[in-house]
Amino acid sequence: MSSDIRAIPEAAAPARLEWRVAKVVDVRDETPRARTLVLDVPQWPGHRAGQHVDVRLVAEDGYQAQRSYSIASPPEDRTVALTVERLDDGEVSPYLVGELRRGDGLEIRGPIGGYFVWDVAVGGPLLLVAGGSGIVPLMAMLRRHALADASARAAVPVRLLYSARTPDDVIYHAELEQLADPPLVEVVFTFTRNAPPTWTGYRRRIDRAILESVSWPPSAAPHAYVCGPTVLVESVATLLVELGHAASRVRTERFGPTG
Amino acid sequence: MQSEEMRLDGNAAGGILRDVFTHEMTAALASCGGCGTVGPIGALLEYGQPMGIVLRCPTCDTPVLRIVRTPGLLRLDFSGIRLLTIPERL
Repeated sequence: MSSDIRAIPEAAAPARLEWRVAKVVDVRDETPRARTLVLDVPQWPGHRAGQHVDVRLVAEDGYQAQRSYSIASPPEDRTVALTVERLDDGEVSPYLVGELRRGDGLEIRGPIGGYFVWDVAVGGPLLLVAGGSGIVPLMAMLRRHALADASARAAVPVRLLYSARTPDDVIYHAELEQLADPPLVEVVFTFTRNAPPTWTGYRRRIDRAILESVSWPPSAAPHAYVCGPTVLVESVATLLVELGHAASRVRTERFGPTG
Repeated sequence: MQSEEMRLDGNAAGGILRDVFTHEMTAALASCGGCGTVGPIGALLEYGQPMGIVLRCPTCDTPVLRIVRTPGLLRLDFSGIRLLTIPERL
């Protein structure tokens, strides 16, 4: 028998994705509108940076509402952290951000996703572009990168471009400043609504000039991951392709109207 | 609100596709029955409805895949896909 024919191990056989009741083991306020829920999920099979879970809420009358939330924690963590931004007219996020307490149960299924994922094996350079809460899956990638062994880390320079309304809206602000380690890991903010007078950085929506300045040239063939409100994601993806980046290297995840 | 602002992408369909397939599907490659463009399911444009979703080709807007859930029934229209290539392991 040819040596390159190998049996697929039993454990690799994919199983049906079941709903499970996760337990909230911690909650952390990230900004006035965003909260991280740290979940202990029974039989969690592990996840990859960039993946998400589906969350299901069932009312007493049987009405169900279901949403997808990105995982913020790296694959190395035993718990699963979701960061949820409150949408004032939302059906699910006000409950998750405002009502859910430590010790509560939450029905989830996952991990989900095989396209908008990054791991060391994908390589770099890695260009991450976030709008608002679009930072969440990119944070899992940054954390994964930070935990990689030194040689793997050094082989993948990372640049994060993060558009937020104001500095107070920046999720993981302190951790991002700690992770910044130029020239290996660079973090660039742009504030679209308000910034302190002392702020010398960008103060506008992400445009061609910002992307040209922050990104590597197309010749460096960066892997780009763009996540946030749909309008931002489509604008950034279009600009990156216009700047000469291969469309197949620009991966996108749209969060909808408000991110 | 404009439909452009409301649309999501095939990433968001990953969960419901796992109700049908045992494999992770957002990285699966679909060739569009309209224009032949080949791309990952995750990169298709998703238009959500209360009862289901439509995934459209980002190049030519052909509805590639429709999924509707009604009480007790899951209905899938794959007629917009010419070929679906699913990675067995990621």
